[in-house]
Amino acid sequence: MTDFLMLSFLFLAAGVIAVPVASRLGLGSVLGYLLAGIAISPLLSALHVDVVSIQHFAEFGVVMMLFLVGLELEPKMLWQMRSKLLGLGGLQVGVTIVAIMAIAMMFGQTWRVGLAIGMVLALSSTAIVLQTLNEKGLMKSDGGQASFSVLLFQDIAVIPMLAILPLMALPELVELASHTTNDHAGAGDHGTDIDLMGNLPAWLQGIVTLGAVGLVISAGALLTRPMFNFVASAGLRELFTATALMMVVGIALLMTLVGLSPALGTFIAGVVLANSEYRHELESDIDPFKGLLLGVFFITVGAGVNFPLLFENLWSVVAMTLGLIALKTTVLIVLSKIFGVNAGDKWLFSLGLAQAGEFGFVLLSFTVANHVIPKAIADQLLLVVALSMLLTPALFILYDRVISPRYLRGGEQEPDEITEKGKIIIAGHGRFGGIINRLLSWSGHKTVVLDYSSSQLEMLRAFNVKAFYGDASRPDLLHAAGIDDAEMLIVAIDDKQKATEMVHYVHHNYPHIKIIARAVDRQHVYELYAAGCREIIRETFDSSVRAARTALEMLGTRKFDAELIVQDFIERDRHIIREMAPHYDPDIPIHKNQALVEKTKELMKAQESELLGKASANTTTSRAWDFSKRTKPESDD
Amino acid sequence: MKRVLVYYAHPAHRFSRVNKALLDMAKDQTNVTVIDLYEEYPRFRIDIDKEQDRLRNHDVILFQFPIYWYSSPSLIKEFLDLTLEHGFAYGAPDAALTNKIMGLAVSTAGTESDYSETGYQTYPLRTFLTPFEQTARLCNMTFLAPYAYFGAHAEQDGFLNEHVQSYGRFISALRDETLDIDAACALDLMNATNLPVKG
Repeated sequence: MTDFLMLSFLFLAAGVIAVPVASRLGLGSVLGYLLAGIAISPLLSALHVDVVSIQHFAEFGVVMMLFLVGLELEPKMLWQMRSKLLGLGGLQVGVTIVAIMAIAMMFGQTWRVGLAIGMVLALSSTAIVLQTLNEKGLMKSDGGQASFSVLLFQDIAVIPMLAILPLMALPELVELASHTTNDHAGAGDHGTDIDLMGNLPAWLQGIVTLGAVGLVISAGALLTRPMFNFVASAGLRELFTATALMMVVGIALLMTLVGLSPALGTFIAGVVLANSEYRHELESDIDPFKGLLLGVFFITVGAGVNFPLLFENLWSVVAMTLGLIALKTTVLIVLSKIFGVNAGDKWLFSLGLAQAGEFGFVLLSFTVANHVIPKAIADQLLLVVALSMLLTPALFILYDRVISPRYLRGGEQEPDEITEKGKIIIAGHGRFGGIINRLLSWSGHKTVVLDYSSSQLEMLRAFNVKAFYGDASRPDLLHAAGIDDAEMLIVAIDDKQKATEMVHYVHHNYPHIKIIARAVDRQHVYELYAAGCREIIRETFDSSVRAARTALEMLGTRKFDAELIVQDFIERDRHIIREMAPHYDPDIPIHKNQALVEKTKELMKAQESELLGKASANTTTSRAWDFSKRTKPESDD
Repeated sequence: MKRVLVYYAHPAHRFSRVNKALLDMAKDQTNVTVIDLYEEYPRFRIDIDKEQDRLRNHDVILFQFPIYWYSSPSLIKEFLDLTLEHGFAYGAPDAALTNKIMGLAVSTAGTESDYSETGYQTYPLRTFLTPFEQTARLCNMTFLAPYAYFGAHAEQDGFLNEHVQSYGRFISALRDETLDIDAACALDLMNATNLPVKG
C-alpha cells in the first residue's frame, strides 16, 4: 500500500511540477513529462520500481487516446481519408522498413535482424504526436490529418508485424534461450496473455476476428443509446464515467482475446459512436484518464532511459538517432510531395513523425522474447527509440519557431479548413434554449446543443436536431463541445446557480467568447452581471411585457401607442437594472448593500411620476405630436 | 362602380382632430375599404403579399395622412418601399397598378399662404408632394390633385366640418365614377370649394 501511494505521489508530483514549467517555457506537456521521468529515474531505481511494467500499464492511455480520436472522426470522414491512410501510411511503413533494413545489412546484420529493426523503427509515436497536435490545435490542418492517417495505419500494421516477427527467430538465439529460464518478455499489452484462438483452425480464427470487430460495431451502434439511457435513469454522474471506462476496457479486452490491437478496436468503437449524442459525454469522461495514463507513460519513457549504457555508447546512439530522424524525415518529405501535402504542413508532418514510437518498445521486447534481435542490439535500439522520442518536442519547436513562420510570412499557407469555426454553443435545450436553437438554425447558423435530459434529446432526435447529452455546466463537457473555438455561448439552462457558475467560468477562461445568459429573475440578472455577462435576458420578461401590451390593446389603446408604451417601459426597466447591476455584490445580501440601497432610492425618486401612472403623458409620440403644450405651432396636424 | 381603398396613417391618432374626423367620414362610406396602417402594422412589419392583393383588387388608392416635416408618416414610406415591388408596381409590361388612380388627402399646420414663395415654407405644397406624384407616374397611375386642408391647428371648425363633409362626397364620387378625373388631375389642389363632381 505504502509503495503504491509512494509511487503515485512520485509520478503525480513529478508531472505537476514539470509540466507547467515546460508549458510556460513553450516546450509542450510531452517534453515536460519526459523530463520529469528523467528527473525521478534515480529515485525509481533506488526504490527498485519496475518501470517497464508500469509503462505497459500506462500504454492503455494510447488505447484511450485512439478511442477519443475515433470519437472525433465520423465514418464518412474516415472513408474520405482512405487513400491517404493506405497510400501515405502504407508507403511510409514499407519504404522506411526497407531503407532501415538496407542500412542495417550494410552494417553487417542479417536480413532478418535488419527487417525486424526496420519494423521497430518505422513506427512513430502516436502518443506524442497526437497529444502535441491536439495541444497546438493542428489536428485538423492538412499536416495533422496526414500525420493521423499514417499513425492509424501504423497502429493497424502492428498486428501483422506481431504475427511475422516470431517466424524470423534466429536459431542460435532460440538455442541460447532454451537454457535460460528467466524469460522476462512480458508480451506487453499488444501481446496475448490468454490466447483463445491458439487451438482454432485458421479459417475459424478469421471468422472469430471478424465477428469480434462486427460485435464492436453493432454493439456500439445499437446498444450504446439504450445502455446510456438506462444508466442516466440512475441519475449519478460517476456511473457515466464507469460506463465509459467499462466500454473502453471491455473492447480492449475483447480485441486482445482475439489477437487484434486494442487500440484499433477502441478506435473503431470511437468512430461508430462519433455520431452519437453521447459523444461529448464520453469524451469528457475518458479524457482525464487518457491524460493521466499518457502522462505516466511519458514519465516512464523518460525514466526508462538507461543512462550508463547511453554514456558508454553515446556517440553511436546519438548518431543512430539522428540518422533515424533524418531518414524518416526524408521518406516523409518525399511522400508528402507525392501526396500533395501543402508547403508548410509538409514539414509539420515530416518532422512530427520522424521519431520511433511506443510500439517500438513493445516490438523490441517482443523481438527479444522471440529471439529475433540479440539483446545487446535491442538495448541500444531501446535507447535510440527513447532518445528519438525525447527529441520530438524539440523538432516541433523547430517547426513552430523556424519553419512555420517562414511559410506564414511567404503567404504560401492556404487558409485552414476549420469546419467547426464560428460555432454557437447552446447550453440547455428546454423551452428557452429550444426556441433560440430553432431561430438560429433557421437563419443558417450552426449550433451545438447540450442538454442533460435524455427524454428531451430523444425528442430532438426525432426533429433532426444535433444535440449532445451532458451537464453543460461542467467545464470538461464545454471543452469537449468545442468551447475553445466557439464564438458564442448561450446559457439557457434553468438552474440559477449553475448558470451563474458557467458564465463565471467561461467569462474568465475564455474572455473572447460572447455570452448570452438566461436570467430567472432580477437578482439573478445582478448575479450574472457580477459574473461577467453583459447580455442578460430575463426568461419571462418579454412574454410578460407582450401580454401587458395585448391587454392595453384590448382596453382600446391604439396598437402603435401600446407598442411605444411597451418600448418605453422596457427601456426604463432596463435602465434601472443597468444602473443597479454594478452595485450588486454577490457576497453582500441586497438589504445590507449600502450602495445598492442608495441607488434604489435615487432611481425610485426619479421614477416617481411614472409610478403614479403618468407614463402615458410622456411617451415618445407625445413629445412630437402633443401640440396642446405648444405656444406657437411649428409643425402640422 | 370603382373599388376605392383608403390607407390612413397617423402615428399619434389620439392627438388628431382633423384626420380623426376625416377617417370617420371615410369609414361611413359604403363599399369603400379603409385601412388604418398604424393599427394594422404597429411594429412596421408590412405583409407585402396581402397589401399587393389589396392594391390589385381596388381601382382607386387614396392615402390619407398629416404632413409632418414635409413628408408622410414613416409607415407610409415603409409601406411604399416594400409593397411597390419591382415587377409588381413597375418594371414590367403588365405592372399591376397600371391605369389605377392615386390620390392624397393631407393636412398641414401651416396656412395656404405659408406654402408659397413669400411664405415661410418657401414652396407651394405640391412641391413637397412631388415624390408621390412621381411614384404614381412610374407605376402608370393617374395622380389626382391632393385633397388638402391647411391650418389644422387653428380654430376654424366651421370650415373643418365643410372639409369633412366634402371628403365624403369626394370618396363616394370616386366610387360612383362621378368625379371628373381629368378636371381633378388638372387642378393644383382640391378642397370643399373646387371638388369637380359631375352632375
